[in-house]
Amino acid sequence: MVIRSKSKGDLTYADVTPRGLYMGRRNFLLGAIGTYGAVAAWKRLPSWLAGPATGSVPRPLENVGKSPFSTSEKVTPANYVESYNNFYEFGTGKDDPSRNAKNFVTSPWTVSVEGEVAKPRKFTMDEILKLASLEERIYRHRCVETWSIVVPWIGYSLSHLVKLVEPTSKAQYVAFESYYEPKQMPLAGGGGIQFPYLEGLRLDEAMNPLALRFAGMYGRTLPNQDGAPVRMVIPWKYGFKSIKSLIKIKFQSKMPPTTWNLAASNEYGFYSNVNPNVDHPRWSQATERRLGEIFKRKTLMFNGYGDQVASMYSGMDLKKNY
Amino acid sequence: MRALLTSKWTKAAVFFICLIPLGALVWRGFHHGLGANPVEFIQLTTGDWTLRFLVFTLSITPFRKMLNLPDLIRFRRMLGLFAFSYLCIHFLTYLVLDQSFDFAAIWKDIAKRPFITVGFLGFLLLLPLAITSTAGWIRRLGGKRWQTLHRAIYFASVAGVIHYYWKVKSDVRMPLFYGALVGILLLWRLRDWFLKRRSATGTKLSPQHAPANPAP
Repeated sequence: MVIRSKSKGDLTYADVTPRGLYMGRRNFLLGAIGTYGAVAAWKRLPSWLAGPATGSVPRPLENVGKSPFSTSEKVTPANYVESYNNFYEFGTGKDDPSRNAKNFVTSPWTVSVEGEVAKPRKFTMDEILKLASLEERIYRHRCVETWSIVVPWIGYSLSHLVKLVEPTSKAQYVAFESYYEPKQMPLAGGGGIQFPYLEGLRLDEAMNPLALRFAGMYGRTLPNQDGAPVRMVIPWKYGFKSIKSLIKIKFQSKMPPTTWNLAASNEYGFYSNVNPNVDHPRWSQATERRLGEIFKRKTLMFNGYGDQVASMYSGMDLKKNY
Repeated sequence: MRALLTSKWTKAAVFFICLIPLGALVWRGFHHGLGANPVEFIQLTTGDWTLRFLVFTLSITPFRKMLNLPDLIRFRRMLGLFAFSYLCIHFLTYLVLDQSFDFAAIWKDIAKRPFITVGFLGFLLLLPLAITSTAGWIRRLGGKRWQTLHRAIYFASVAGVIHYYWKVKSDVRMPLFYGALVGILLLWRLRDWFLKRRSATGTKLSPQHAPANPAP
């Protein structure tokens, strides 16, 4: 008589994987590929559904003077500056902001100036445009990602506004804040940084005549993707210091938190002066590519504005204060 | 299905489909340009396609077994070589357009910057696989050794994902997506290996009842 004992190798029908489960596993990779297509389509969806643009559009600016601060370098074509942007509120791809900021409504707009000042107040866009005479200033603009542009901005030195509100003796720093409204900026959530976007300067940096408060470029008011309707431009610092779509300026005694520093403090410092000798931890800052050019060029200390700004940092270790 | 997969026309068609991304890049370049930063555009596009073709190559074995379509193997070498070709364009734009063949600067860059180091490592891992992809090399090395060598694609794919993850500033969604795909494909192999091992032990215990080929 043969007595069969049930050993590990015995499989009964109870052990057979149900066909449904088997098929589920089989379809899993197909599902993964389908997901990829869906993700790609989802990213484009907002611009497909958007229809005709309903946001604010640039208009010509008149009575714009010239400035001795302008560089004589070749100006970058406007279509590059208007189609290649970092404005994470409207998506993280370079071409996302020009597509997704079309419906950005920037009117009415006010900028609130507050904190350690004798005369805090709110400025309407009309008041901002008339606060000082507008100048065209052709500046080099260097992004921390090693690309650069030359832009004919229109605006005036921030110092005009600072003098108007009369900072108190406690004012050591200036904090800037961008507009943030998730309804206008539905893509902001995926960028991996916090909003509203925050930036800051030391008071003496803000008073430097090069530090500009800008309302236009290329002869017109700012396009939405370039930070409409009013932004800062700090030409000797990496581009992310030049805050876009500005709504709040606060004078204070403490160094303000800044967005990229909060996201990665070992990579982006408070100062973030353009410096070819101090590398980003993940890439070299020695060279840059001017948009429209194929080969890279050498990056200049303080982006070539050392004569006007280097004295503000004398005695400071710029490797530590990156 | 089998006739379709083994037809030489299918292979030719797949070959030309794999050329479409390159064709699209060239066509765009001549018609409406590659945007404000063409070099970056070429680098991002070819980098993306390298990762995609690595994922396609890694998908062949799971699909072959799960769908019971062994003939899919006919496409694996081609897909792998396309991954390597797009990687070569990616690497060449870095050598020529970013660094202008300045080998001193390139070595410094590779040694100093982790995202360049790991990307270069991926390239070095794939180079011998591309060279030994011919039938002659399979014969010379012997099937077993050849297979072991070509497992380097697992590490190259992981290196590619890490390279992408370290390159982006803060939006890590796409690198994580590729990471998930590569992860699934590698985990599937781990599971397959594990099941094979278990069934091998099962065979020892009860040879007459163990299924001959339990992994479908």
